[in-house]
Amino acid sequence: MNTYLDLFLTFARIGGLTFGGGYAMLPMLQKEVVESRHWATEEELMDYYAIGQCTPGIIAVNTATFVGRKVKGDLGGIVATLGVVAPSLVIITVIAAFLQNFAEYAVVKDAFAGIRVCVCVLILNAVIKLWKKSVVDKPTLVICLAVLIGSVFLDLSPILFVVLAGIAGAVIKSVQAKNSQNTK
Amino acid sequence: MQLLQMMWEFFKAGLFAVGGGLATLPFLQDIGLRTGWYTNEDLANMVAVSESTPGPIGVNMATYVGFHTAGILGGVLTTLALITPSIVVILLISRFLEHFKGNRMVDNVFYGLRPASTGLIAAACFGVMQIALFNQEAFAASGNLRDLIQPKALILAGVLLIVTHKKDLKDLHPIVFLASSAVVGIMFHLAA
Repeated sequence: MNTYLDLFLTFARIGGLTFGGGYAMLPMLQKEVVESRHWATEEELMDYYAIGQCTPGIIAVNTATFVGRKVKGDLGGIVATLGVVAPSLVIITVIAAFLQNFAEYAVVKDAFAGIRVCVCVLILNAVIKLWKKSVVDKPTLVICLAVLIGSVFLDLSPILFVVLAGIAGAVIKSVQAKNSQNTK
Repeated sequence: MQLLQMMWEFFKAGLFAVGGGLATLPFLQDIGLRTGWYTNEDLANMVAVSESTPGPIGVNMATYVGFHTAGILGGVLTTLALITPSIVVILLISRFLEHFKGNRMVDNVFYGLRPASTGLIAAACFGVMQIALFNQEAFAASGNLRDLIQPKALILAGVLLIVTHKKDLKDLHPIVFLASSAVVGIMFHLAA
């Protein structure tokens, strides 16, 4: 299949199956982009998410642009992004045109109560996968727990955590490099 | 003319809302207040619809407002206006990262960023759990611990946790689990 078409359809599928925003997209991305198509690695996904936290726009859109560009250049990035928003565009237009009280139907509420529980479990599984790849030693364990606890209990912007963690990574690594030089 | 103004407003929201999804909400509120294109109640409805449909809330809101003010073309154009800034910014960052590939300094920064990314996602997961598995509103109203716990949701979560780790099931596409959960939700009136 044409790669552009494949990018568009894959991201349309991901966009169409993502309930509950950018983070809920993660299990889909792991399945479709990392495991089935090898367009990006688990590590790259984490990088994209971290950068997506500090750049304008929706994380789903940012990640699609990143992956698309990696696979097929600038045009690939644009095609993947259009793919990820296409389903919402169609669904919302239909709802806006015909189903004014869509969210009020009991059936819809029940179905989505079930879907929300599933999204929880899927994100939890995704976090476990990422944990295995990113928490590789003591410093990374500390960074991960600090960010988790900090963002649950403090009302601070995620940008702050990302910037601090980036600086911490650079400092820790250069200190380690210096120490290993001294011991030689 | 109004279409152009709408595109401009959503372009700005796309440019300045950093951190995704719900970060767009204050910007959307501001647009509604200043222009009168939609009320806060419309926005609340839209949040509910967004929770019950796939896709990012920002995109959904842009489509909804665009459609209501200028039809299908309006929905498409406002959505494109919203996502244009992020596409441009990410393409530039990609280029930058490619240039510095293998640079020790950049690698070191990512060594710190990855666990932070995991931490942020874990925190978001915690937030979703609070909404999906516990009924905080009922608990706040009654103060009764029994109102906080939603047994049906917790049982479903437990079953899913086991099923998604079972050897011959864990490689199924996530949509299989999502669709089954929707059916279970309808059968057992999970929202009630």
